[in-house]
Order: sequence, then structure tokens, then C-alpha cells
Amino acid sequence: MAVVKKSKEFKWHRKHLLGLRELSAEEITYILDTARGFEQVSTRSVKKAPPLRGRVVVNLFFEDSTRTRNSFSLAANRLSADIIEFTKKDSSVSKGETLLDTAKNLEAMGIDIVVIRHSAGGAPRFLSRNINACVVNAGDGFNEHPTQGLLDVYTIRKIKGTLEGLKIAIVGDIAHSRVARSDMWAMTKLGAEVIFVGPPTLMPTEVGRLPVKVSYSLDDVIEKVDVINMLRIQFERLGGNPFPSIREYSHYFGLTVERMKRAKSDILVMHPGPINRGLEMESEVANGRNSVILEQVTNGLAVRMAVLFLVNQAAAQSE
Amino acid sequence: MKVILDSKQIGQVLRDLAGNIVSDTPSDLDIAVIGIRSRGEILAQRLSSQLSRELGKDVPCGTLDITLYRDDLNSPKGADQPQVRTTEIGFDVDDKVIILVDDVLHTGRSARAAMDALIDLGRPRAIKLAVLVDRVGREVPIQADYAGYKANAAPDKLVQVNLVESDGIDQVVIE
Repeated sequence: MAVVKKSKEFKWHRKHLLGLRELSAEEITYILDTARGFEQVSTRSVKKAPPLRGRVVVNLFFEDSTRTRNSFSLAANRLSADIIEFTKKDSSVSKGETLLDTAKNLEAMGIDIVVIRHSAGGAPRFLSRNINACVVNAGDGFNEHPTQGLLDVYTIRKIKGTLEGLKIAIVGDIAHSRVARSDMWAMTKLGAEVIFVGPPTLMPTEVGRLPVKVSYSLDDVIEKVDVINMLRIQFERLGGNPFPSIREYSHYFGLTVERMKRAKSDILVMHPGPINRGLEMESEVANGRNSVILEQVTNGLAVRMAVLFLVNQAAAQSE
Repeated sequence: MKVILDSKQIGQVLRDLAGNIVSDTPSDLDIAVIGIRSRGEILAQRLSSQLSRELGKDVPCGTLDITLYRDDLNSPKGADQPQVRTTEIGFDVDDKVIILVDDVLHTGRSARAAMDALIDLGRPRAIKLAVLVDRVGREVPIQADYAGYKANAAPDKLVQVNLVESDGIDQVVIE
């Protein structure tokens, strides 16, 4: 068993996790290393540890979510925090209360960490500048979804050992995807090459300024990549007619059994969920031996525990 | 700097600890050794090898990370930021006599945290505490069952355990 010497130089100092763009490779690696220690909490006899005992976490979700919200709730529970679930439809937001008023009122009750999902990009940052509690971004507009980005690189690193030198395709509706952006920042900072793949109508307008390659053909990249992350077509966000028909999209950009035959045998197939089976991915591929979609969900729990733990540590030490 | 245990003496202490553990533990009970990261991890591996030799059977060994159970996590004074590491215990702790191993027993706070962490993994038959150095300065009511060297070091001194695997040399010094 190798004994790793504790590095004295690095200290986590962020009490908010707003995005991965602003993090260094060292900070990202530190979160991933920390998450390793939280994996076993979920597999043992007592699936709970005490580090956030007496702390209150609020899940402040202004958009629908099942996976992310449940994952944060369970992560907070396993760290022994108390948790308040806030959803838009059964709150005073429906009576016209502003984001800041909602947050200030929750803060007046003595909360410590706000986990926020909001349709407006930048909402978590706005909140972090106006309240004292820690803020964790659980998805803001088309901007970032940092814990998804972290759990994606965690999953890849766990299986492949490193991201250094890997070629990773992110396929589909890039323009409306905060996952694609957080993935891109985390993956490129850790040394991978990222290729955005999709029809031109679903590419972000700023794509030329991003540290990625772009391809409009999945068939051109399928043989080359080590990891493929298939994004969900987000019907609720699509305006106009970005592609002629679902069938045509599927034909050119769907991950089919046929296409998988041309991929590397050890390619990792990822999806942030929820899957439109038969649209961006065929069921046999989603359930196939290269799929790590459920590992992503499991790892997400450990990563979110690590994030909640670290922001709380930074806050405690800055008091 | 004063050397209180050299390489030879550390070897002797571990043999003595193993001997005492064997003579105290009824032979029908299963013993397992668990070290507290990070120096306790190395000592636990050595102790389990020694116990395996004496008992003529494999004595399993694991490593416990106690960071999540520390009592200073939310205290602003905790200037050093502990990194969470993995707990690696590849066996069931239920019904075993667990020998919990650390390098130095001082305030007793690490041993308290380790016991809480251990009990979240299952229900051992018994937990015994074995340390290389038993230093005065307890802050909680915890004592070692097996202690190698008793050190009466002043509060401002540092008792440093160096081991070959992590530091290149086996010795215990007071600085």
C-alpha cells in the first residue's frame, strides 16, 4: 500500500462552487481526490458520517430536476446536515417574491449552504455576492453545471486513470447545454481534447472562442474518441426548428449499435440523463457494456458530498 | 532533538505489542488490525505481519481515515485543513477483536474519532488501542491497551515518529 505524503502547500479556500471555468486543474483534482474518500460512506453499514452535523443545506431549485436534487439531498443527508427542500411551484416565488428576497428569508432562518438551480445564467454568482451562506451551483441557464462536470471527469478518471491525452466527444445540443460547458472546462483543464459534435444549428455562437474542436459529423469522430458523452435533446429549451425531424437527428447524431461497432472497444459511453431512449441513444447502447451512465449517478453522490464538505470547510475557516 | 526510540527498539516494541496481544486474546476469537492514517497505517501493517507469524494464520489489516470524524472540522482555529482520504478495510469488522493502531497517543481525540468511525462500519467484538508512543496530555478519557514507549514530553515539544516507508528511517524523536 503506497503511503502518500500530505501536501502542505494546497489549501481549498472557496466557500462557493459557481463554475469550473474559474477553477485551476489543481483545485479540480483536489475535489476529485476528496470525493474518493466519500465513496465508501455509501457502501458501508452506517451510510452516514458526521462532518456537516448542525449545518443546514437548502436545495433552492427554480427548475425541475430529479437526479441532481435527489443527489444533493442524499449527499447532505449522508454528511448529517439538515436539509430544506425548496421548489418553485409550492413557494412564495409563485406569489412574485424575488430570488434575493427568497434567499435572504431562508438565510434569516440560519442556513449555511444554498444549492441553487436557476434558468438564468449567473444567478448563483449573483446570490453569492449578496448572502453570507455558501453557494453551490446546481445548474444555471446555459452557463454551467459544475457538479455534473466534476462527476463526469471523476468517472472517466476512475476508469481510465487519467484524462491526459484522451479524446472526448460531446454530442448533441451543445448550444443549450450547461453540462457541455462544465465538461469542457474540466476535461480540457485536466489535459483531454474535447470535440463538440452536432448540427450547426445546435452549436453555441461563441464556439470559435472555446478551447474545443468542432465537428458536424458523428461518423467522422466515432472511431477516434476514448469517451463519448451524449447530451439529451432538450425539447423544453428548443425554439424554432434546429433540425428537420427527430428521425433525421437520430440518423446523423444518434449513438446506434451500428455506430458503436466502429468505436474503440474500450470507449466510455456517457449521458447526463435523463435519456431520450431511441433518440440520442439506442437502448442497447445505453444498457451496453461500454455504458457508464449509472456509474455517473453513483459517483455524483460522492462528488457532491465532497463539494458540500469543502465549501463548508472553507466557510468555517474564514469565520 | 532527542532520539527516544531507534530502529532496533521500534522492532522490539512491535514484537512486544504483538506478544501481549496474542497472550490477552482468547484463541477462538478473530483478530484484525486497523491503522489510523497515516503513520498508524504503516505500523498496523507491521503489527499484522508480526501477529500473522505468531498466530500462524493471516491477520487482516486495514486503514481508517478519520477526517470526517474529527472534532475540529467546524472550528475556525483548525488552521491546518485535513484532506479527506480513503478508508480501506477489505474485511467485515463484525465480531472481530479490532486492534486500532496509531503512532502517538496524545490528546486522545484521534482515538475517539477512530472509534466512532469504526463503529459506523459495523460492530466489532472488541476494540483495543495499541500505540507506539504513549505521550502525556490526554484531553478526553481514553487510554491505550498496549503502549510501547511512555513519553513525558512537555506540551510545546513535538514527538515525531519517522518510519522507513514514509520517511526513509525508523526512529522516534522529541524536538
